[in-house]
Amino acid sequence: MIEREVTIRNRAGVHTRPAASIVKLAAKYKSEFYIEKDEVEINGKSIIGVMTLAAEQGATLLLKFDGPDEQEFSNAMSELFESGFGEPI
Amino acid sequence: MEQSSKQEMKLKGIPASPGIAIGPAYLYRKHEPTVQVRNIEAEKVNSEIQRLQNAVARSKKELIKIYDFAQHRLDGEQARIFEAQTLILEDSVLFDMVYARLRHERKNVEYLLRDEMEKYHRLMANSHDEYARERADDLKDVEDRILRNLEEQKLTSKIDGSHIIVSHNISAADALMFSRNDVLAYVTEIGGATSHMALLARALKIPAIVGVHQIASFSAPDETVIVDGYDGVVILHPQPATIKTFEKKKAHHVEFEETLAALRDLPAETLDGHHVKLSANVELEEELEFIKFQGADGIGLYRSESLLLGKEVFPSEEEQYKAYRRIAKSIHPKHVIIRSFDIGGDKLMAQSIKESNPVLGWRGIRIMLDKPQVFLDQLRAILRASTFKNLSILLPMISSLKEVQMAKQLLGQAKEDLRTKNIAFDDKLQLGVMIEVPAAAVIADHIAREVDFLSIGTNDLIQYLLAVDRGNDVVSDRFQEFHPAVIRFLRRIIERGQQGKVMVGMCGQMAGDPLATILLLGLGLDEFSVVPTVLPEIKKIIRSIHYTEAKHVAERVLEMQSEDEIKAYLKRLMKNKFSEMLIGGK
Repeated sequence: MIEREVTIRNRAGVHTRPAASIVKLAAKYKSEFYIEKDEVEINGKSIIGVMTLAAEQGATLLLKFDGPDEQEFSNAMSELFESGFGEPI
Repeated sequence: MEQSSKQEMKLKGIPASPGIAIGPAYLYRKHEPTVQVRNIEAEKVNSEIQRLQNAVARSKKELIKIYDFAQHRLDGEQARIFEAQTLILEDSVLFDMVYARLRHERKNVEYLLRDEMEKYHRLMANSHDEYARERADDLKDVEDRILRNLEEQKLTSKIDGSHIIVSHNISAADALMFSRNDVLAYVTEIGGATSHMALLARALKIPAIVGVHQIASFSAPDETVIVDGYDGVVILHPQPATIKTFEKKKAHHVEFEETLAALRDLPAETLDGHHVKLSANVELEEELEFIKFQGADGIGLYRSESLLLGKEVFPSEEEQYKAYRRIAKSIHPKHVIIRSFDIGGDKLMAQSIKESNPVLGWRGIRIMLDKPQVFLDQLRAILRASTFKNLSILLPMISSLKEVQMAKQLLGQAKEDLRTKNIAFDDKLQLGVMIEVPAAAVIADHIAREVDFLSIGTNDLIQYLLAVDRGNDVVSDRFQEFHPAVIRFLRRIIERGQQGKVMVGMCGQMAGDPLATILLLGLGLDEFSVVPTVLPEIKKIIRSIHYTEAKHVAERVLEMQSEDEIKAYLKRLMKNKFSEMLIGGK
C-alpha cells in the first residue's frame, strides 16, 4: 500500500478533462486506487467519483494505491498531477 | 377530440420570437422513466446484463449524435456538457457495481442503476462546488437516458408534418433536435426571452412564446393553436372567425416584413437628414449572419460573458483572442463594441459567493478590477483582435470615476505588455462606459472626460432608479421605462455626454421599443443598439419622421408628470403615423 500526497497545480482544477485523464491512466493498472480529500474517499477509477471531488487549484489530495503494480502506478499518477494535467497553471 | 365544443382560450406569455403561426399542437413531454423493483431468476441474469449493455450502447450513440450536432450549431465549448455525459456512461466502477449487485441480489437493472446513481447524485448535488453540482444534473440526465432506453422508448425527434411544439420547457438540446423538423412555432410554460431556445427560434425565424403558464395542461395533441409571437398570445381552440382574423394578420405582417427588408441597406436617417447609428446587441456568434441580414450598422453590444457559458473557468487570452477576432473579421468594416465580462448578480459564474443582494453586490467591473489578471487577459485578447481597427471596449456597472481610471490604467498596462512583445494592436482603440448605475449618470460629465463614449443600459438603470427588481414577478409592473424620472435621467445623461463631446448610445431594451424611438431620438441619442429582430422596425420609424419633430416630442414628454400620460401620448402619436406598425401592448 502506497500513499502519496499531491497538490492541484493547474488553474482550472480537476474539471472534466483532467478527470478523464486520471481515470484513463488508472485503468491501465491492476492495483486499487483511491483518492481522499477532506475526509471523503472516492474510487479513483470512477470518473463520477473523481468529478465529485471537484478539487480546485491549490487543494491537497491523498492518493492511495494497493496492489501488485502499486509502485509504477503511484509514480505515473503523481507525475500526472505534478504536470498539472498538461493544462495552464 | 371535439374541438368545436371547447371554449376559445386566450393565454398570455412573453414574446420570444416574432411571427404568427396557425397549426396543430405537438405536446412534448420529457419522458419521466418510472422504476419498479423486480426479482430476476438466476438463468435470466445474463440476459439482464445484456439489456443494460444494449441500453448503454444506444445511449452512447444518442449522445455522440447530440454532441456532434451541438458542435456545429452551438459553440464547441457549450457542447462539452454532452462530452461529460458520454464519459459518465463509461464509468467502469459504477457499472461493475451494478453487475455485481445483479448477480448477488438478483434485482432488475433499472432499480440497481438508479440506486447506485442516487448515491453519487446525493454527493454531488450537496457539494459547495458549482462544477460538482452541474455534474449532478449531468448524472441525472444520463440516468434518465439509460432508463428510457431500457424501456425502449424511442427518442422523439422525428415528427410527421408541421407542428407547433408545446412543452413545459425546451432545452438547448431539445431545440436543436426539433429544428430538423418542420416546426411552426414553440410555446413553453417557463423560460426567458434570452434562453437558447428563443435565440434559436429567432435565428430560424420561427415564432416563439415563453412563460405561458399551464399551457401544457390546457392543450391537447393535434388541436389547432394560434401563436402570435409579436404580442405573446396563444389561442387554444380558436373559433373559425378568429382563425380568419389571424390568417389575415399573418399575411399582412409577411407583407410588412418584406417592405422592412427593403430598408436593409438604407441608413437610419430622419427625413431632415439627422443620422443615428442603428446597431445590434449580440450574444452568440451564431447571430452574426442574422444581424447582417437585418442591416445592422454594427454591433453596439457584444456580451462577452457568453464565452463563459458552460465553462468552469475563464477562457485563456488565446481562446478569447480567437473569438474576438472572428467577430471583428466577420463584421468588418462595421464596428463592434465588446463589453468586458459582466458577471455576478443574476448572471453566470456567480462563483461560490453567497450574496444576500447580488444585484447590488460583486458584479460587472467590480469583479474585473478585483481580478486584474483575468481582466488583463481579456484586455490583451481584445487589443490583439483590434488590428482590423473596428473594436471598442465597454465597461459595465461603473459607479465611480476611480473605477474608470483603474480600468484605463490596466488597459495601458495591457498595451505595454503587447508592445514589449511586439504584438500589433489598434492604439486608437476606443473605451466606453455603461451608464446603468444612477451615480454614474449623475457624474456622466466627469466620466465623459475620461472616455470616448457612453452607452446607457436601461435594464439596470431603471431597476436601480425605481428600486424595482425586474426579475421579481410581484413588482415587475412597476418597472416602467416611461417613468418621468427615467426620462429626466436619460435627458441629463445625454446632455452630459454632449458636453463632454462623446457619443451617447443605448443598449438596453428600451432602445428596441418602437414606442420609445421618437422620444429617444428627440432626446439626442446617437446610437440605438437593439435586438436584431426589431431593427428594421426601428429604422422605419427613424426614417419616417423629422428630427425637429422628434425634439418637439421630447420637450413635451419632459413636461409630463406620469408614465400613463407619457405612454398615452406616444401611443397616439404612433397610431397616427404608423397605423400598420406592430406596437406591442406594453
